[in-house]
Amino acid sequence: MEYFVQQLINGITLGSIYGLIAIGYTMVYGIVGMINFAHGDIFMVGAFLALIAFLVLVALGISTVPLALFIVLLVSMALTALYGWTVERIAYRPLRHSFRLAPLISAIGMSIVLQNYVQVAQGARVKPLPPLVHGGYTLFEGNDFAVRLSNIQIIIIITTIALMTGFSFLVARTRLGRNMRACEQDLKMAALVGIDVDRTISLTFVIGAALASVAGLMFLLYYGVVDFFIGFLAGVKAFTAAVLGGIGSLPGAMIGGILIGLIETMWSAYFSIEYKDVAAFAILIIVLIFLPTGLLGRPEVEKV
Amino acid sequence: MTAHAEPLLSLRGVKAYYGNVAALKGVDVEVREGEIVALIGANGAGKSTLMMTVFGAPRARQGQIHFAGRDITALPTHEIAKLRIAQSPEGRRIFSRMTVMENLQIGATVTDAVDLGADLERVFTLFPRLRDRRHQRGGTLSGGEQQMLAIGRALMSRPRLILLDEPSLGLAPLLVQQIFAAIRALNERDKLTVFLVEQNAYHALKLAHRGYVMVNGLIALQGSGSELLRRPEIRAAYLEGGVR
Repeated sequence: MEYFVQQLINGITLGSIYGLIAIGYTMVYGIVGMINFAHGDIFMVGAFLALIAFLVLVALGISTVPLALFIVLLVSMALTALYGWTVERIAYRPLRHSFRLAPLISAIGMSIVLQNYVQVAQGARVKPLPPLVHGGYTLFEGNDFAVRLSNIQIIIIITTIALMTGFSFLVARTRLGRNMRACEQDLKMAALVGIDVDRTISLTFVIGAALASVAGLMFLLYYGVVDFFIGFLAGVKAFTAAVLGGIGSLPGAMIGGILIGLIETMWSAYFSIEYKDVAAFAILIIVLIFLPTGLLGRPEVEKV
Repeated sequence: MTAHAEPLLSLRGVKAYYGNVAALKGVDVEVREGEIVALIGANGAGKSTLMMTVFGAPRARQGQIHFAGRDITALPTHEIAKLRIAQSPEGRRIFSRMTVMENLQIGATVTDAVDLGADLERVFTLFPRLRDRRHQRGGTLSGGEQQMLAIGRALMSRPRLILLDEPSLGLAPLLVQQIFAAIRALNERDKLTVFLVEQNAYHALKLAHRGYVMVNGLIALQGSGSELLRRPEIRAAYLEGGVR
């Protein structure tokens, strides 16, 4: 029982990170109907930018951890958003009226570009960050096993909840959110009522990248190491989460993220840690076969 | 009458294509301020294409489109909407997963949010059904209500010119009467200029000050509404056999 609760906590933490990345996949799919395969690498870039920002802050002598965390969060969100914007601008927008596969191929190319760029610029070796956030709480003990909730887990879960709440509000209640939903439903009609479709799509990429950068920062704090390849696996898993939740659905992406985190953690805890990725991707295959629209997705065909 | 010196909307020699298929083969149309102009013609004649070409989707490959003295031929679609041309397009294109209210708010994209209340009131007065259904999703509305919503959404931008593509399509005769009465009221009371595409040639030409007949991507005939109604070739092609 104690062991299970511990795994639950760990799974939700990991799932939060996946969920934040998954939102970027699902949002972009909703509006432009493409899978942005470079999104996982945007997450990786976010993690690196966070690491660099930490080092710069240390060099500047800012060592109060909460302040440093906050500055790093803002800096890496802003810079990663710029990456997201640039990727859309140079790799996807010119292909918008091309055949359907073109932006997809371009996305895979962009993913490789980003990976190699970071590998060249930062080196291929694993980059460590000394643990910044220490401590935690022992929730309860029993059977020689203490259930721990670390401070870093609290930070991750609370930040994720805050961001997802804020983001849901943005989509449901604000003008930008309404424009995004209009673009998602009918790009042509959105333009006819005067919505700047290109700008709305750009902002979608910017927001998705900013959320992914937060996930990158969380990943960096949680695991303490990053390398140029983390984006691939995390990206594919977040994509699986988006498909599981129903691609195009925002609550679906969040729920899917948590579920994938839980499945992976539980599998590692009770079966074999070597096969945790297999478990996650088996889910992808099973979902695609038996529930192609995911948990909260809509069928592709819409009645007139 | 300086306002009549230059038409509000003019298309000169406009050609538009879908891929390599010519949909408009050199069209000249004028809509003057305060008019109701009807465009009639058979299916596939290019009427809806003409409406969309005004908004640059598809873009005119040749010819010029002017609105209020300004060349809008190459302007991006959303910039054209900002000049206060609104369209209720073919197939209505309601945002079906948004509420009626949200659809109307989306329609107000180009106006200042301050006027929202008054503009909503105007639409709800014109189509009281929409007020009752304002929290319902667009996709759950009946065909007639969707048509009202599409027109209402277009009106929310306080247009100087409204393009209506087949507002009577698929509606019961009584609803057609209602919609046409609403269009007339908008034109007479609010001085709204209307450019209308219709299959329902008889109703459209009775309503309109002037009409154009489109055949195969070209304007074949034009004249005042009553004039066109009397033309034997119009009666033969669009009215007789299908009169109500």
